[in-house]
Amino acid sequence: MARMAGRRLLAAVPLLGAVTFGVFALAAASPFDPARAHAGSAGLGARQDVLDQLRENLGADRPFVARWWEWLSAALTGDLGDSLSLRQPVSQVIGERIGWSVLLCGVAFVLAVVVGTALGVLAARRRGGLLDRAVTSLSYTLEAAPPFWLGLLAIWFFAIHLGALPAGGLTDTGTDVATAGQVASHLVLPAGVLAVTQLPWFVLYVRQGVGDALAEDPVRGARARGLSERTVLLGHALRSGLLPVLTLIGSRVPELITGALLVETVFSWPGIASATVEAATKVDFPLLAALTVLATAAVLLGNLLSDLLYGLADPRVAHEGM
Amino acid sequence: MTARSIRGVAATAMAGVLAAGAVACSTPGAGGDGGAGGKDSLVVGLANEPETLSPLLGYGKDGNSKVFDGLLRRDAAMKLRPALAAELPKVTDDGRTYTFTLRRGVKFSDGEPFTAKDVVFTYRTILDEKTNNAAKGELDAIDKVTAEGDDTVVFALKYPYAPFAERTVLPIVPEHVAKGQDVNTGSFNTAPVGTGPYVLTGWSKGEKLTFKANPGYWGGEPEVKKLTMAIIKDDDVRATRLRSGDLDGAILPPNLAKGFKGDKTKRTITAKTTDFRGVTLPTANKVTGDTAVRRALDLAVDREAMVDKLLEGAGRAGYGPVPTGSEWFTKGTERPHDLEKAKKLLDDAGWKPGGDGIREKDGQRAAFTLWFPAGDKLREEHALAFASDAKKAGIKAEVRSGTWEVIEPRMKDDAVLAGGGNPADPDFDLYNLLHSSLALDGFNNMAAYANPDVDKALEEGRRSGDKAARKAAYDTVQRGLADNPGYVFLTHVDHLYVMNDAWKDLSTQVEPHDHGLGAGPWWNVEDWQPKK
Repeated sequence: MARMAGRRLLAAVPLLGAVTFGVFALAAASPFDPARAHAGSAGLGARQDVLDQLRENLGADRPFVARWWEWLSAALTGDLGDSLSLRQPVSQVIGERIGWSVLLCGVAFVLAVVVGTALGVLAARRRGGLLDRAVTSLSYTLEAAPPFWLGLLAIWFFAIHLGALPAGGLTDTGTDVATAGQVASHLVLPAGVLAVTQLPWFVLYVRQGVGDALAEDPVRGARARGLSERTVLLGHALRSGLLPVLTLIGSRVPELITGALLVETVFSWPGIASATVEAATKVDFPLLAALTVLATAAVLLGNLLSDLLYGLADPRVAHEGM
Repeated sequence: MTARSIRGVAATAMAGVLAAGAVACSTPGAGGDGGAGGKDSLVVGLANEPETLSPLLGYGKDGNSKVFDGLLRRDAAMKLRPALAAELPKVTDDGRTYTFTLRRGVKFSDGEPFTAKDVVFTYRTILDEKTNNAAKGELDAIDKVTAEGDDTVVFALKYPYAPFAERTVLPIVPEHVAKGQDVNTGSFNTAPVGTGPYVLTGWSKGEKLTFKANPGYWGGEPEVKKLTMAIIKDDDVRATRLRSGDLDGAILPPNLAKGFKGDKTKRTITAKTTDFRGVTLPTANKVTGDTAVRRALDLAVDREAMVDKLLEGAGRAGYGPVPTGSEWFTKGTERPHDLEKAKKLLDDAGWKPGGDGIREKDGQRAAFTLWFPAGDKLREEHALAFASDAKKAGIKAEVRSGTWEVIEPRMKDDAVLAGGGNPADPDFDLYNLLHSSLALDGFNNMAAYANPDVDKALEEGRRSGDKAARKAAYDTVQRGLADNPGYVFLTHVDHLYVMNDAWKDLSTQVEPHDHGLGAGPWWNVEDWQPKK
């Protein structure tokens, strides 16, 4: 198992290198001018010599391969460079924000897995029943709905129409300190929306897995032995039906990250994902490169995690072959 | 360690904890955490967030920066008043030397004294070519800045520059804090220290900035103890949060500000501005470079209709960068809407209507492209209104949108819906927009306007120290622009603010195009007094 993890990590190194190269190549190909983006509205009154000086200071006029190599060698020593749009070192930007993103994604993900599994089991218990049909069609509808749209809908209903929950931010506007209660009430809507966007996959997979398992021999055997329906459902059918869900957990990580991009933006959540949007729209490539590496690493870890979990849950799977 | 000494340590620790607890309890609840509504706290909603809080990179360069002070400041009537300087500067050497005597006894919020060294450090750092300050061109006149003792600073200019004092509202940075860190990315960008009425307590990017009153402020501690500036990009969300009581005040577009008319607890405050919208008429383009076409377009546009329809009355017709209400405006250069006169001008100049109603002259169709920056709804509406007015005179302006990267290379031949305006001095807008030496230099003089008489008057206006002579020079400029309009100026846009009616004597300054957190009724929040 450790060997597999090690092998995967080694394979990740060239991949991360290629991804950052891609980001810098995209930056060079884009028509946007980092100097002008940096100058912002002041750039509209700036003279050409000031803008040229700015471009030189930012190193924006040098070939992108050179800039990429410089960035990469500095990054390996722990210096991720400086964010152009936020006027801060990139490592500081990440340090300030990653905690809030992990909190949001973690809560949303746990919520999605738990609620998704529960709904899936309930739906699978009586396939074709009223509950099953309701849950399944709701899942398909939610899967088709874009997260930002759900977010805006949630703001309109809960924050503006009912006035029950805050529409965005980490704390109330007039409050400085991020107390647990403040954060919790502000977390409900974004985490709820993010969970809802992830929910359908878990519901549908669990429903399928548990439904199939209910028709298999071990379940029939358990029923024949006179075990209670509850034990049959949770102890036998759910256990074997959960196997595909474990794979799903890893493969949902990229979706979770893209979902977070939209949800954090809609709810002004001060996390990594909203910084990514900021970096992209302000042509802030040092920040974008670091955040892309982070996202890539998260996806790779997600895949590794699901493979490891799979091996633990199903003894027939041998890690050495992977 | 003996049992006795352990007991001693424990007792001391306990005493320490108790003392700390007592201190914590006796801390005055400055503002409290009650959000909006309190008399000593203020929460306002803004549309835009500063990119940095370091004056070295351009923050607060036009004053009212809250955290900092400049050598000078502007009052409600936009007159210069001393701030960190003890008095207005002495101008000698035919307007080439500005000497400031500094206020004594001023301390930065970290307790260190403010001295001439800080002033010199601030200006020298901004002018350093390694500093990524895009607005440094505004200080172009400075040749060198030197300290004489602790309380005198002397600016030597490259050329006599009458409006120079207006630039010295620029905030002063403490050398002992900002020196030694990277000016472009150092922590001073997000954790500034200044002499100003407020101290930054937090900045959650994209969400809000929070400030508390500076108890040691040299101008007296402000009554509003706690100031929060929430960044809310979406106009509708900002209006909703104002209505729900989350905000005490906000900037709103006219259509949303109207919704608060019936609300007795709120009042709408209109700020007059120099914030203009206009169309550049590129000199190199065969159609827009023609003086007859320029004058016809200038007469064909219905500015009053634009003010009524596009701005819902919150603005004024604009005939140049200088608004009609300004003391610098040249009376008699207003050009009322006159479509018939415009048509006649074009007929006389040989622009004859073609088959599709668009005029032609020597095989040249009277058509050009007009760009507006994508996503700017107000400029889009101005562009469409302009095109529709031009069409009535037989000139086709094809309206297109794009990012500045798309627009910039085309500015030589294509028209652009431009915006701008700085109220402090007529030189700032007029020189940059009209002087031929700045033609297509960055975003200055986007029309490549070239008029030798105007050039001469612009130079006269910036060099002369005599106000009457300056006024005469800018009269020449504005008359020159009326005779040969290289731009069709359309409107000056008012900025509207809706506020809880809880403070006395709120006012606004004349506001610039770029109105950050220093604009709005809270430009002087440090002087506010609650209504009894």
